[in-house]
Amino acid sequence: MSESIDDVRALETTWTTGRIIEKDHPTPTTVRLRMHVEDRRRHRPGQHYLIRLRAPDDYTAQRSYSIASDEDDPLVEFLIERLPDGEVSEFLADVAEVGDVLEMRGPIGRWFTWDTTTPALCLVGGTGVVPAVAMARAARRLGRSSLLRVVAVGRSPEELAYAEELARAGATLAWTRTDTGERPAGPPTVDELTPLLTGTELAFVCGSARFAAFAEGLLLDCGVQPGAIRVERFGPSG
Amino acid sequence: MPVTRGFLGRRRGHEGRLPPGQYDTGAGWPVLTAEATPVVDTASWSLSVDGLVERPTTWSWDEIHQLPASTYVGDIHCVTAWSKFDVTFKGVSVDELLDAAGPLPDAAYVMVHSSTGYTTNLPLSDLVDGKAWVVWEYDGKPLSRQHGGPARLLVPHLYFWKSAKWVSRLELMAHDRPGFWERNGYHDRGDPWLEQRYQGD
Repeated sequence: MSESIDDVRALETTWTTGRIIEKDHPTPTTVRLRMHVEDRRRHRPGQHYLIRLRAPDDYTAQRSYSIASDEDDPLVEFLIERLPDGEVSEFLADVAEVGDVLEMRGPIGRWFTWDTTTPALCLVGGTGVVPAVAMARAARRLGRSSLLRVVAVGRSPEELAYAEELARAGATLAWTRTDTGERPAGPPTVDELTPLLTGTELAFVCGSARFAAFAEGLLLDCGVQPGAIRVERFGPSG
Repeated sequence: MPVTRGFLGRRRGHEGRLPPGQYDTGAGWPVLTAEATPVVDTASWSLSVDGLVERPTTWSWDEIHQLPASTYVGDIHCVTAWSKFDVTFKGVSVDELLDAAGPLPDAAYVMVHSSTGYTTNLPLSDLVDGKAWVVWEYDGKPLSRQHGGPARLLVPHLYFWKSAKWVSRLELMAHDRPGFWERNGYHDRGDPWLEQRYQGD
């Protein structure tokens, strides 16, 4: 491991604003926002921003979203899952428009980040692909794609954002509900994952609580040491 | 800061109970962890209180259950903006553990250690007088692994990253030093009512 859990530097951030420059819906349940952030700071792939909404009476609601974009992108990109009854995600998906200005703070988080030099594997599911996309984009810019292996899990190609981009970058895509002929529907297996782990020193897991529990178990079954696994999970537990 | 065009917010009638910027997560209980969820078996589990104490003390799973049990019923608040109302945890008050170990007069801070290597720091004053527990039951059932089972710290008046999962050691110190998330950009103390989320708040 390149860092221990006790070896992460502090970084102070303050609130700023970001303007929505582009907005689209890559899948039926997600929205992609590309934003111009005032006083933007450098970020590492894997970091996140807070987005805060403010009502006229100063009531606020804020959530944390992973950055999908690379350092050299002039805009900061987010992919947000539209959660049923999600106060912030429904607003961003349904109400927010290009030109709107939102409060933002970041980048935050220095643990779930890739240093761009350590050979690593990302095992990500659903909207958990976002940090892996940022890592893959950084790897491509730096000519270090061989250092990063991505295994992205989705129900079907139509339901996984960034699937085509990740496939072009050499990622392994596993569909749990779609039989491709080459691969039967189902989660990735020890046999599929083991060869991809050769030479890696770190494993990044990102996804729902349920996916993360599965992914951790699979990595441990493949012989990965617990201390080499970094996890970012979201959503309710079962 | 600008008002967000079109945003009215959803108030849910929790005025006075939801700290600023928080929302009621309802029946769900989000799981947030930096590390792989460890398997900690109760046969090898132990909890130590050491550092600046008269009697460094370690309890086994059976021994800690011999201490007087204590229950917390109330709310918890996570820095990621969810709050959960009316949760019930059972365990032992940190006061019981400190009474056994005897903090020395110069002990003013505590570094909480998890068996995974996770750490978080608190002023000793935030752990005494019925404000903190080591808990092993949630809602009448054994605390699940993903929520820190078999036992976690519970400091409900601070953001929940202070309530270290898989707690294994309370180290009493004379001087403060930052724990894992505190070095990672989070606020040193984490009072949800003061919205002490990140460094600079």
